[in-house]
Amino acid sequence: MLDQKQHVNLPQGSIEKATTTLNLGPTHPATHGVFQNILEIDGERIVSAESTVGYIHRAFEKIAERRPYYQITPLTDRLNYCSSPINNMGWHLTVEKLLGIEIPKRVDYMRVIIMELARIADHLICNSVMGVDTGALTGFVYLMTYRELIYEIYEEICGSRLTTNIGRVGGFERNFTPAVWTKLDRFLEEYPKALKEFETLLTRNRIFIERTQGVGGIDAKRAMSYGFTGPNLRAAGVDYDVRVATPYCSYQDFDFTVPVGTTGDCYDRYLVRNAEMWESLSIIRQALVKLKDLPDDVYHANVPEFYLPLKEDVYTKMEALIYHFKIVMGETDIVPGEIYSAVEGANGELGFYLISDGGRSPYRLHFRRPCFIYYQAYAELVEGAMISDAIICMSSLNLIAGELDA
Amino acid sequence: MSLTNERIQQRLTEKFGDVVTGFEEPYGMLTFTAQRDSNLKVMQFLFDDEELRFQFLTDITAVHYPERKEEELAVIYHLHNFVDNVRIRLKVFAPVAAPKVYTATSLFLSANWMERETYDFFGIDFVGHPNLKRILNVDEMTYFPMRKEFPLEDSMRVDKDDEMFGRGGNI
Repeated sequence: MLDQKQHVNLPQGSIEKATTTLNLGPTHPATHGVFQNILEIDGERIVSAESTVGYIHRAFEKIAERRPYYQITPLTDRLNYCSSPINNMGWHLTVEKLLGIEIPKRVDYMRVIIMELARIADHLICNSVMGVDTGALTGFVYLMTYRELIYEIYEEICGSRLTTNIGRVGGFERNFTPAVWTKLDRFLEEYPKALKEFETLLTRNRIFIERTQGVGGIDAKRAMSYGFTGPNLRAAGVDYDVRVATPYCSYQDFDFTVPVGTTGDCYDRYLVRNAEMWESLSIIRQALVKLKDLPDDVYHANVPEFYLPLKEDVYTKMEALIYHFKIVMGETDIVPGEIYSAVEGANGELGFYLISDGGRSPYRLHFRRPCFIYYQAYAELVEGAMISDAIICMSSLNLIAGELDA
Repeated sequence: MSLTNERIQQRLTEKFGDVVTGFEEPYGMLTFTAQRDSNLKVMQFLFDDEELRFQFLTDITAVHYPERKEEELAVIYHLHNFVDNVRIRLKVFAPVAAPKVYTATSLFLSANWMERETYDFFGIDFVGHPNLKRILNVDEMTYFPMRKEFPLEDSMRVDKDDEMFGRGGNI
């Protein structure tokens, strides 16, 4: 005879309990990443939720304390991997600000183009995945073609697609090839049509509106208290954008609007992201016009201590050889200092808090990761909602597991 | 009308006197230190005051300085005033033996996870925190990995001379 107790080991109080415990994640196909939420559900309604994070924590802050500065760039790739170029640029800008490097305008504009492409890539994934979660796969297929085109542009510039490691402290590793400009032109011509089509599919779609409107809403005051930034805060009606508040990388030269929502629900977040994609396209066009007036052979600042020299110079010139050796061996000392520098990441304010003690690697580097901070509101946003609403709410917040867990 | 760093410093010293010290402006951001038991009072004042209005908590983190005796751990708050678009940095130092600092969760909902993260990596004990437990590391961990006494690489490695790679061998 089997002892029944041995095989059925229920936690205490589970028989009397009126609600059901459901593990949503950590590896659920609908969560788009490693997220675990322990939901208490009553039927299909969520009574309470508890988020568990840290499944893909990789200790980047600790690793960064042992690496020369240029080797930290690949770590930042792996934060928000849907828009790695923004993270890379954010890190370069932090170091440049610490060192007081003056960046040529052309480099700034090239960076702006890359960052806005990354923002479009990030937003289009987020919005089209919202469509997928509400049952409309078509829009996703329309837009994914253009993410592919953006990735091809990255590939032309730096050789990789997802984790880009794009640019260097001081600029880019090489000038943009003609293929970059051709592909960019193609993107600017074709993407607006696809985006328009995508908007026609979803924005006034009755099913989509009913699934998203009034779901996961948050008011401005609470969103601020929860540390929301980026599109999610703007959807709640606060027009805070780092690009406007503390312009970096010559964003002050561009003319664009900051779209805001009112209710902060999933539908508003969707609208804000769509509007931002149009603004990004306009910024890229403006940058292309501005670039026409600038000499086309400048692609980095004059910082030999931080910028790898050309290979033919390394073999023929002594200074170039010395700098090459110093940079590759990580022997460049960085000035002591303490700095907080932020960029407008695709999902919020991405900040770098850097303390240098004059050594070759940071004394302390902290990433302010936007989705780590606003994910704590998730439990509150989905309380009282249905399970299917919880899924949409998660995709509309644009949570990226890599950034969340650092 | 824009809020200047001088004005913030003046308001803080008027209100708190010796409690707030060490004013400096690295790269334009006003940075100062508050006494350990008054971090919450200072933040409350910065939050409520009609002129200062620092109502957005950008970030909480900590730094470990093993050579500073009795104030080995620094808790660092970045606050932001959205109206005047000013950022400030508030530091609180705590001894590593008993790193007790008051929690900011009553002021900012976002402080909850940020403080959990800081506890997780540095062992700062945020007094009054509703749910102070590890967040990114496993619950069974018994140490605080971001402290400087934990070297990143195996110190017994002999194939690599640390003098040649980054910082000297002692960190």
